[in-house]
Amino acid sequence: MDRHVVAKVADVQPGDRKLVTVKGRPIALFNLKGEFFAIGDKCPHEAGSLCSGRLVGLAEADVPGEYRLSRSGEFIKCPWHGWEFDIRTGQSWCDPTGTRVRAYDAKVEPGAELNKGPYVAETFKVTVEDDYVVINL
Amino acid sequence: MAMPNSIFGHPAIDCDVHIAVPNTAALMPYLDAYWYDAFRSRGIEKTSFTLTGDPPNTPLAARPDWRPKSGKPGSDLELLRSQALDGFGSSFAIANCLFGGMALHSEDLAAVMCKAVNDWVADTWLDKEPRLRASILVPQQSPELAVEEIERRAHDKRFVQITLLAMGNELLGRRSLWPIYEVAVRHNLPIGVHAGGLYHHPTLNGWGSFFLEDYVANAFAFENQVVSLVCEGAFAKFPDLKVVLIESGVTWLPASMWRLNKTWRGVRPEIPWVKQVPSELVRQHIRLTLQPFDEPEGSGRLERFVEQMQSDQLILFSTDFPHWHFDGKDALPLSPSSPLAPKILYQNALDTYPRLTETTSVPAFAPKEISP
Amino acid sequence: MSIVTAERPKAQRPQRQKLSVVDCDIHPGFSTPDEIHPFLPERWREHVKTFGGHYRQAFADTLSHPRMAPEVSRADAWPPKGPPGSDLEFMRAQHLDANGVEYGMLMPLNRGPGNQRNLGYGAALATAVNDWQIAKWVTPEPRLRASIVVTQEDPEAAIAEIEKRAGDERFAQIMLPPRSLEPLGRKRYWPIYEAAVAAKRPLALHVGGINGYPATASGYPSYYIEEQHTNVQGMQQLVTSLVLEGVFERFPQLRVVLVEGGIAWMPALKWRLDKHYKRLKAEVPHLKRLPSEYIHDHIWLTTQPLDEPDKDSDLAETFELVGSDRIMFSTDYPHWDFDDPRFVLSKLTLSPEKQQAILAGNARALYGLK
Repeated sequence: MDRHVVAKVADVQPGDRKLVTVKGRPIALFNLKGEFFAIGDKCPHEAGSLCSGRLVGLAEADVPGEYRLSRSGEFIKCPWHGWEFDIRTGQSWCDPTGTRVRAYDAKVEPGAELNKGPYVAETFKVTVEDDYVVINL
Repeated sequence: MAMPNSIFGHPAIDCDVHIAVPNTAALMPYLDAYWYDAFRSRGIEKTSFTLTGDPPNTPLAARPDWRPKSGKPGSDLELLRSQALDGFGSSFAIANCLFGGMALHSEDLAAVMCKAVNDWVADTWLDKEPRLRASILVPQQSPELAVEEIERRAHDKRFVQITLLAMGNELLGRRSLWPIYEVAVRHNLPIGVHAGGLYHHPTLNGWGSFFLEDYVANAFAFENQVVSLVCEGAFAKFPDLKVVLIESGVTWLPASMWRLNKTWRGVRPEIPWVKQVPSELVRQHIRLTLQPFDEPEGSGRLERFVEQMQSDQLILFSTDFPHWHFDGKDALPLSPSSPLAPKILYQNALDTYPRLTETTSVPAFAPKEISP
Repeated sequence: MSIVTAERPKAQRPQRQKLSVVDCDIHPGFSTPDEIHPFLPERWREHVKTFGGHYRQAFADTLSHPRMAPEVSRADAWPPKGPPGSDLEFMRAQHLDANGVEYGMLMPLNRGPGNQRNLGYGAALATAVNDWQIAKWVTPEPRLRASIVVTQEDPEAAIAEIEKRAGDERFAQIMLPPRSLEPLGRKRYWPIYEAAVAAKRPLALHVGGINGYPATASGYPSYYIEEQHTNVQGMQQLVTSLVLEGVFERFPQLRVVLVEGGIAWMPALKWRLDKHYKRLKAEVPHLKRLPSEYIHDHIWLTTQPLDEPDKDSDLAETFELVGSDRIMFSTDYPHWDFDDPRFVLSKLTLSPEKQQAILAGNARALYGLK
């Protein structure tokens, strides 16, 4: 697997997201309470940009008329037709068995193990203590 | 064994034939003292409750060879026996008796009418023809009184479903109607949604000019009802509920499923109790009687319907006797060797109406013994 | 028999090609609620400040079923200032330029002039919206075309407005809602159709409208998802009424565009109308042809929201049953159920000629676009 540095940890605070590109592929990077997840940016439906969507929770009901919301901020809703994707797994909630956004394996890596790449060229900092987010492709 | 005139050599269950109350006076023997007096003194016994959606003299109302020499279409038992039952080799037929009194605004009067009709149907038709089954007519405008009538009738296993109309006071998925579904499920009675209505306004643009226009609009109403039943969560609340769409036209369904599925994928959080794609719920809970089957003649849309709906369990054979939807014996638009034929002609009906095989007045239906 | 389990197909990316489409449904917005006021006469400016709009429903300022997204729009279509669809620069960049829109048909839904119970206000509002389209949109942006918004319940005012705009080629069509006080095939609306034919403009009916009737024959649906679905019934009923009342027999030159109603419902409606017409034709002796023939000759449909059967071949079959010569591409920009033209193209498993006809050719022919 190739490892690509795409962002600084500090640039993507808990609750934030960032659109990054790796080898021409747009990827939406999310920070969920300190954990990083990255999913393909193009919605499998009509290719709307998921990174432009709304962060939502999971609405559920067992019985008509009783509503509950859980996992707040862990789903991204496509800005177009509103398909909901579980950021942790890439799974779409509207058709759990049938549709999946490719979930990329995103890890936080200490600065010393950086690879060179476009992001590094842009934002490389002298302090190597900074943590970078690396995407495995 | 297969009857003469059977379609492609298979036995059949006709899931929609019409019987008609000849006149309001026929209901008089079934009224209590108060209502007997009211019907007489107010002239109700001489009032016709012909529905706007059901004028008796149109070509649609009765095929020429199915129209009685006198009286309303569907009022002649011999004609039903020879033309509908014998005529298609049907072992059973499920009769719908839609008497206009059910559409009255007074809930009590509508309930009295429905009860009288159901009593009359049992006496006049079911007692005389063991192959007939019936649907419980209820005052749809009052779920409370509807439940009472269902409870009153449920012990008679010759009543195999509950009739509701496609156009009523409320959409059928609405919670106010759920008491009806609760009692239906308890008694193993599917809901038969029949074309027609209580006539508040036949369309979303009010009142058109023509009967033909209103008749066509039934298909729109059925589509609204499917959407309502699914989206309101009636099937989430009542996992055993079965709904049969009767005289709907059928071929509008696949496109409406594509649309509803698509919308649901984006709008799901509004109705989070719908946890499966809507077309899956339709496959589980909804059935449709065959006639009228809206297609250009010979176009093969019945096979396409089965493919597009991804289920061969949805269609229930019906003639809609005596309504005129086809000529001769062309009731089933399939080729004789189609493997769909036995499913549509009888198997799906047996699966949908558990009561059909519970009565002992007719030998238990044994399709395995029949050679195609 | 084996039942096919459908797989959810993935959107395919067609090869890079220069997109060139005619978008038959774009919704222009007001940057501020008062943007229309300069276009209203003083008397009506005062009226709207004091009394507001007056509709056949409970709410004064909003629709009866709250939508799932603010301003019914894509979450990514908000310009720096104002609501989605209100900023021409933003619309150019995000949509017209980015999506190869050669011509875009404006469908203003603003304030519903045709829904206003106060007919005087409705007529003034229609004129104002028509002037606003020219001033804000069509004059600075030659790719856009306006619609003549009219108040269908006031045929006199509607005809006056049509005649006023008929000489201005930048108005491509006449817009009315498919939800009306009576079915639109009824005679009271015929003078409007006469004027449309005289002006040589098609009618465009965009889903929606508040006519005081529930969207179903059994009353109001509870949920937005149900209400949205009734857009289909609005179109089905409209077509049924126009055909059976003999509008196309009386106005053989009339053309009608159904906007945002979907397409896949049409074949079954044609079959149903033909079948039952044959049985009951004695009731409608003014008809000389089959309903399906009138429909094909007189009715066009826009693609959005694109129907999504599980198999692409079902969509192609549906389009052929309707007639690929009667289908015109649309996006509904900036609304949430927007269709990207690349997605639509990938779903059109038809010949390149038919694809091009749907994406642009049919609209060019209907609207006389050079």
